Amino acid sequence: MIDVEDLSVHFGGVVSLDQMTIQFPAGTCGLIGPNGAGKTTFFNVLSGFVRPRSGRVDAMGQDLLALPSFRRARWGLRRTFQTEQAIEKLTVFENVATVYEHSDTRGKAGRTAAVDEALDFVGLTDVAQQTVRTLGAKERRFIEVARAVVGQPRLILLDEPAAGLPDEETALLGRIIRSIPDRVGATVILVDHDMSLVQACCDWTAVLDFGRLLASGPTQEVLRDTKVMKAYLGTEEVA
Amino acid sequence: MTAIATPAEANLAEPRPKVLARVTSNRMFEPIAVVAVLLIGLFVIPGFFDAFWIANFTQMAVFSIVAASAGLLYGRVGLVSLGQVASYGIGCWVTMRLAFATSWPFPVLLIIGGVVAAVIGVLIGLPALRVSGLYLALVTLMLAAGMEIVLGATKFPNGGTGFNGVVKTLSDIRPTRRPSWAITDVAYYRFIVVGAFAMFMLASFVLSRKPGRAWASIRQSEAAALAAGIDVTRYKLWAFALAAFMAGVAGGLYAGTVPKGMSIDAFNRQSAIFLIAVVIMGGIYSLWGGLLGAFFATCLLKFLTQNVVGHQFWTRFSLSLFGFGLLANLIQNTRAAEKKGIEA
Repeated sequence: MIDVEDLSVHFGGVVSLDQMTIQFPAGTCGLIGPNGAGKTTFFNVLSGFVRPRSGRVDAMGQDLLALPSFRRARWGLRRTFQTEQAIEKLTVFENVATVYEHSDTRGKAGRTAAVDEALDFVGLTDVAQQTVRTLGAKERRFIEVARAVVGQPRLILLDEPAAGLPDEETALLGRIIRSIPDRVGATVILVDHDMSLVQACCDWTAVLDFGRLLASGPTQEVLRDTKVMKAYLGTEEVA
Repeated sequence: MTAIATPAEANLAEPRPKVLARVTSNRMFEPIAVVAVLLIGLFVIPGFFDAFWIANFTQMAVFSIVAASAGLLYGRVGLVSLGQVASYGIGCWVTMRLAFATSWPFPVLLIIGGVVAAVIGVLIGLPALRVSGLYLALVTLMLAAGMEIVLGATKFPNGGTGFNGVVKTLSDIRPTRRPSWAITDVAYYRFIVVGAFAMFMLASFVLSRKPGRAWASIRQSEAAALAAGIDVTRYKLWAFALAAFMAGVAGGLYAGTVPKGMSIDAFNRQSAIFLIAVVIMGGIYSLWGGLLGAFFATCLLKFLTQNVVGHQFWTRFSLSLFGFGLLANLIQNTRAAEKKGIEA
């Protein structure tokens, strides 16, 4: 359970998060909202890149904001970025191993097994020894997911993980994302504009608008909510 | 971002010419090339060249270490440091003074020189890490300028006895002692080649391990590195320490090459800029770039000034060319870094 209380972020005069209060249950949670709603800012606060003006984040009993940003990975926080950040110069294996060796407490002994397991999970075992530079968009996106699940993650933030992928690959990624909580036991928060992906992955979804929580609950109910339709799409039908 | 690869993107993935690719992508290519270059350095060059060229190859071997250290910082970690000549100077100074003051074996002096340079490198790196890109280049350039002033004020190029021996007349200046088993120019040249080899191996070893992967991550995106749990500050300091150590050892090796009255020219601001320009020309990602850059800066330049056109022309021409390359590269990288900032 991720308990967010009164979280506010201001950039100069712009209020990006406005006393956001929300509780994410275990499992795969969706976080949606129009552009500029504060979704990525929220992720940046959790990652430690943005310092909130006020508020508290209690993640499974840990005051997340009290940790230096790089220490949060060791606690079990993982994230992907809107623009994928697989490390070009390293091989797929090294990419995943880098996250493991800086975030896992079990040390070197379990490294190969953990990395192989993560690569197997996303189906990249065959290209493990290839340099990322030689790979395409799909593999890079999947590497990011492997980096997120390797080791002992507890909270995984996925920021538009399917951006730039064609439909069938998005569907495959959706199935992988959906199975993360069962497979590695982490809570997943998925930000995406692709409603079919959110519906496919998330039983529970929250909607942000202008930095405030607009609605939250079971995905189907939330998407039918009239407030959400109005604010989010301005139409009567969602998905 | 486009969803489907366009023809333009498909063209980018086209492989290099096949024969070359097959040779260079072979797993044994690099080790064989390294051994070949080492053997050429140790045996072929002393066998074919006269004293004048041995002196040039000696400079090249020393310079290749400094160039590789600056290339490592820039190419592998993304830190543009113009302070490597300062580390080079510190290593040279420490080794030289210890050589006059003690009778310790020369390799020990080199390591002490390297360690002192590394410690100072880290101390300077601490405040410098608050800035990046062009600004880091400026801060470290100031460092190089400061070093130049200290060297000048302390009458550095001096061969008196003891720790701070200063001689009054130029004719009293003695050369820094060499190891007893490498007294002749050729023997000392070989000693430097072995020293350079050791430094390249050290760098290559560290690059293939955890720090190397952390640096690759930092170079690509500091935000992603932090998210992966990498202590970015610590690994940047680690890089400063390793690079300063390499440059410090190179400085110590350099101390033994100067027969009489060392000049501080090797450690001044112009050298700092020249070094980074040479490094960029040689190629910053591969350690081979250090060797190539050093070749441009020493042997090739010497060959041109000796054989083609007058000395002044080539020195100025190369400086302008290197300077142009440096500026172009810095501007491009600063833009790339700005684009890469964390999206809010």
